[in-house]
Amino acid sequence: MTAVPALAVEDLSVEFRTRSGVVKALEHVSFAVGKGETLAIVGESGSGKSVTAYALMGILDPAGRITAGRAVLGGLDLISASASQLADVRGREIAMIFQNPRTALNPIRPVGRQIADVLMRHGNVPRVEAPARAVDLLRAVGITDPARRAKAYPFEMSGGMCQRVMIAIALAARPALLIADEPTTGLDVTTQAVIMDIIAELAGESGMATIFITHDLALAGQRADRVVVMHAGHVVENAATRALIARPSHPYTAELIAATPDSAASLDALASIPGSLPDLRRADLPPCRYSERCPRKVERCDAPLPRPALAEHFVACWNPL
Amino acid sequence: MTRRERAAVATLILKRLLMAVPSLIGVVIVTFLLTRALPGDPAAYFAGPAASKEAVEEVRVKLGLDKSLPEQFVRYVRDLARGDLGTSLTTGQPVVSEIRTRLPASAELTLLGLIVSMGVAVPLGILAATRPGSLIDHACRVVATAGVSLPVFFTGLILVYVFYYLLGWAPAPLGRLDIFFSAPPPVTGFYLMDSLIAGNGELFLASLNQLVLPALTLGIFSLAPIARMTRASMLAVLSSDFVRTARASGLSPFTITVTYAFRNAMLPVVTTLGMVFSFLLGANVLVEKVFAWPGIGSFAVEALIASDFAPVQGFVLTMAVMYVALNLMIDVLYGLIDPRVRIDA
Repeated sequence: MTAVPALAVEDLSVEFRTRSGVVKALEHVSFAVGKGETLAIVGESGSGKSVTAYALMGILDPAGRITAGRAVLGGLDLISASASQLADVRGREIAMIFQNPRTALNPIRPVGRQIADVLMRHGNVPRVEAPARAVDLLRAVGITDPARRAKAYPFEMSGGMCQRVMIAIALAARPALLIADEPTTGLDVTTQAVIMDIIAELAGESGMATIFITHDLALAGQRADRVVVMHAGHVVENAATRALIARPSHPYTAELIAATPDSAASLDALASIPGSLPDLRRADLPPCRYSERCPRKVERCDAPLPRPALAEHFVACWNPL
Repeated sequence: MTRRERAAVATLILKRLLMAVPSLIGVVIVTFLLTRALPGDPAAYFAGPAASKEAVEEVRVKLGLDKSLPEQFVRYVRDLARGDLGTSLTTGQPVVSEIRTRLPASAELTLLGLIVSMGVAVPLGILAATRPGSLIDHACRVVATAGVSLPVFFTGLILVYVFYYLLGWAPAPLGRLDIFFSAPPPVTGFYLMDSLIAGNGELFLASLNQLVLPALTLGIFSLAPIARMTRASMLAVLSSDFVRTARASGLSPFTITVTYAFRNAMLPVVTTLGMVFSFLLGANVLVEKVFAWPGIGSFAVEALIASDFAPVQGFVLTMAVMYVALNLMIDVLYGLIDPRVRIDA
């Protein structure tokens, strides 16, 4: 990790107010990602991966509220920044690509125009040059015949093609940080690999930091420098990829690895993790939100967890492996 | 739009026109049967209460009502093909010429009412959707509910009372023009346009003056469906994935709301506009009565009361053609707004 990280998140907490109570979606989430580094956030559905990304982007649902924390990107705290500061940063310094690329693009606007919109907003590109620059970007993400494709609508393109367009939109303003929220979900396997290669290649060229959100630990293991494991709105483990895969410290991480298929093991040998995520609306949530599913629970687990300091290998557990 | 897309829109128009033919044939048959099924004997009605049985029969023969239904139908279709909709028994005027003056009167009023309504309802719906739960959202709901709950004749009378009787700002509610003016030479039948074509500014203002109150009345009534549909449709689009992408890309709120969200939200709004327009065109009899507007709705109602079947037939047929034309326009608008519709055609 470089001395000054591209993004440092400290103590981020988010709540959602719903009819049936307050959902404590994120609690004391901390991690950092260095320039040119790829960080994977891994966890099952509902663990708070996407909420973390939305909170950083400032595009949380109106019911969501950031109750605490800092997220410093290039000297600016995204959490306390004003709306206009944030509007300038969004898309320019920090960009995001989403899952379901087909619905993430405006269905009635040619894709070239959508890229040009972002260029004109952020890239200091004059109106007359924007269409040509959009074609350049389409070429950069590996779309053949980009001049013709720029005039196409999303429904005329395949899912993988749409995700390339999303990448072109996200990278239009050469951001310092790219958040990719399950970018390959819903794409076929060969396309997945191509999309990941494009992201890695473009990130490598510009020294851009990447946060890659996935529920696929195997994919994270192949693509990321560091892995942050999330469970029920907590960061349970944060370590360099190789160390995490080889020697997981948190019981949940160990279970996740055991539940990840690989070509050597048969499907029968796959373990499933017992229990499910706790209801985050409960008033009596234990300090460790995994303790109710945990086979290694000890008495001390009822004490407040160690705070996620930015350690080299952090684990939020009183009885680690 | 590319050349391929323009061709697609042209195909779409042609297809819809062809599809309208069967419905028009159906309308011709149904209107014919319906008017024959009207209660009352037109022959007896027009011979007058004092007429003898022979006199009634004479009228019946004169009207062709003694013939069998199929025979009457053949004659009706033959006349239709010549552009003859028959003659009104009450006024003695050919129905075609009556409709030719009255339809533009209704259309002009309805269009202006709809423009007024759109001008208020669409921005209101957009603002309400971008700030759900805010003051403007509640205001939108109150205005819309009030507008649709007040009967049009009531709104009309209140407007006349306040702006004509109390304030004296509006002219007397006596039709399309003050009696001191004479109608412009008919080109479109819309007084506003015809007076401009004739280069008569004074006449333009005079007819505009007459239009303001009835158009407002209609506008207030049609606020509700347009505002609510705009709000609902905008809310749905604003929570969609591509608006989230636009937000994450840092596009300006104006671009997001107008270029990204509203264009996508327009389809249901256009549909509603079409429905409201066709509903108002035939159904604003009450407004026409309050403002003594020589429109097509009051014409049809008077004919219906008098068992005067030729104008009723003509009215229903005209409205059917208007519906078909309107639906065609909506389809074309769809094609212009949404590229997916163009390709499906």
